[in-house]
Amino acid sequence: MNFALPFAIAGATLLGIASVVGVDWDAPPVETEQVGYRGTGMYVTKDAAEAAAGRANNVVPESPWEADPEGDRASEVYENVQVLGHLSEDQFDQFMASITEWVSPEASCEYCHNLENMASDEVYTKIVARRMIQMNQAINVDWTAHVGDTGVTCYTCHRGNPVPEEVWYRDIEPKKASRGYRGGQNVAAMFGGNSSLPQNALEDYLLGDEEIRVHADTALPTGAQKATTKETENTWSLMMHMSESLGANCVTCHNSRAFNDWDQSPPQRVTAWHGIRMARELNVDYMVGLTPLFPKDEVHLGPEGDVLKIGCSTCHNGVQKPLYGESMMGEYGASLGEKSNTDVPDYGASN
Amino acid sequence: MVGLVAQPANLELETMPEYQNIFTAIQVRGHLEEGIPLPKGDADRSGKPFHNYWLGKIGNAQIGPIYLGFLGSVSLFCGLVAFLIIGLNMLASVGWDPIQFVRQLFWLGLEPPGPEWGFRIIPPLNQGGWWIIAGFFLTVSVLLWWVRMYRRAVQLGLGTHVPWAFAGAIFLFLVLGFIRPLLMGSWAEAVPFGIFPHLDWTAAFSIRYGNLYYNPFHCLSIVFLYGSVLLFAMHGATILAVSRYGGERELEQITDRGTASERAALFWRWTMGFNATMESVHRWAWWFAVLTPVTGAIGILLTGTVVDNWYLWGIKHGIVAPLPDLYPTVVDPAVAAGGVQ
Repeated sequence: MNFALPFAIAGATLLGIASVVGVDWDAPPVETEQVGYRGTGMYVTKDAAEAAAGRANNVVPESPWEADPEGDRASEVYENVQVLGHLSEDQFDQFMASITEWVSPEASCEYCHNLENMASDEVYTKIVARRMIQMNQAINVDWTAHVGDTGVTCYTCHRGNPVPEEVWYRDIEPKKASRGYRGGQNVAAMFGGNSSLPQNALEDYLLGDEEIRVHADTALPTGAQKATTKETENTWSLMMHMSESLGANCVTCHNSRAFNDWDQSPPQRVTAWHGIRMARELNVDYMVGLTPLFPKDEVHLGPEGDVLKIGCSTCHNGVQKPLYGESMMGEYGASLGEKSNTDVPDYGASN
Repeated sequence: MVGLVAQPANLELETMPEYQNIFTAIQVRGHLEEGIPLPKGDADRSGKPFHNYWLGKIGNAQIGPIYLGFLGSVSLFCGLVAFLIIGLNMLASVGWDPIQFVRQLFWLGLEPPGPEWGFRIIPPLNQGGWWIIAGFFLTVSVLLWWVRMYRRAVQLGLGTHVPWAFAGAIFLFLVLGFIRPLLMGSWAEAVPFGIFPHLDWTAAFSIRYGNLYYNPFHCLSIVFLYGSVLLFAMHGATILAVSRYGGERELEQITDRGTASERAALFWRWTMGFNATMESVHRWAWWFAVLTPVTGAIGILLTGTVVDNWYLWGIKHGIVAPLPDLYPTVVDPAVAAGGVQ
């Protein structure tokens, strides 16, 4: 019997469908790590090639020089230093050199400064940068439940780009016809792991504070849990975003036999819970207020005119611990490790 | 006049292993068969019958004539209406862009009304109203097709086993799209039309209601589904294996057991101590196949209406394996913070 032909046709058909659909297969070798009790299938899987690429993309940059904490304060040496005035002159200079490398290595100082008058606030990016420094300080002080002692710097998100690559915004592409209907889903969701789940779930959870939990806490219905399968899909879309952002699977944080049960959840879930609240606060308190400052173009705002926002991937960049958990607080603790000025300027009306 | 088209051409009865094919080896081509005369009042069969070599590889080489009649025609029409409503809504959902329609076809769907509409008949067309209309036409189409099958079976003098089996599947379809949403008081509980959308619904349904794995009727449905597969494989393999002794003439052998039937029975008695008969194996298969959607539908029907969290229900009834507390430090941070968020 010649079996080759029918099997070849079947194989080619499957591969053809796979290539059209664009499946995201992990080629072997795939490393697995058992994180739960035996028999529960709790294995965190890592594609070895992707993990190596993630490691290469998450290297902490060297600081330009070791700063001397002694000497005159920056607020005495320079004019109009509102947030980092408590640093020494050398620490301040070193931080400015660092932030240039982190955020605008090509445009250099003039990305934020008028080179004729460095103290001037006339370039809008300087005002944004100041607010972002305040944000870094707030994360490192208020959100240790998520960032631990590792902390964050501008580099955690920016990675040498003036606008971090991994941001999210209101996505309604491809636009539906005026009489069309898709219930906010059923197209490839850019911020939902390219699934057909809701496109803008992040707006509900990382900007708004809609209820994420959809499970009933009792075996029998009491009417307390009103969520339908639709709200469940919305939550699921958020989870897909988290999974894609961290290169992690469901069982990194959950025992999938009872997604809601905290007693069976690995501790990573607690960290993630705080991360969701952190991203929400950063978007509400920092990003949205800055909206009127940004140029009205598609580089600085989303296609619908909303500000570019922070999601899990913004820091994580595809790995479970941003920069593989290496802390930059030793060098930058003085500048970003404490809150020095929490004033919020009036940026004008948002949106 | 009956001609045998043998493949491979040198089919020789002495070389017995030639029978061990997994593909149909013999095409029987006789006169084009018009079928028995139709009862009074029935519409004519339509289409001129013909032979097709490739279809003969997997079934009867004769194609047609087909009987559509009134029920079949109306059913097809309603099905077409539903198909067009779904397709056009998918097209409208990407702004009538044919490229996006093709590119994202598997992602596209027609979504039922949101929870804000409850079970209202009928929400605005572009808020899920089209889903209800498409569902209505699809239901009418399926029900008419059922009546047609029933009528055809009776008119041919057959039993009505096939339509009743089909009714099992229709019951599941109605539970998913109508009966359960009605009991829950919300169209939002219904299944969307679309490839990925309906798969997402399936998983979201299990997640929302605490893991269908612990739903005993879901268990039963899986037993019958996998059981159907097993029975189908066992039966198909048995009959192919004894076809060299004429075992494919199953119906005759129900009443007149030949050596094929004896050997098949002996084979199973030797290997597992028990054998079905030429008759009973088909009853096994029928019930397993029918009970798959019927038990599944009962499981769906109980979900959300009678049980809200199957995992917790499983705990209550001792079907969940206990686990040691591997993560003693983990506490729900919302409770730790003194509020639920």
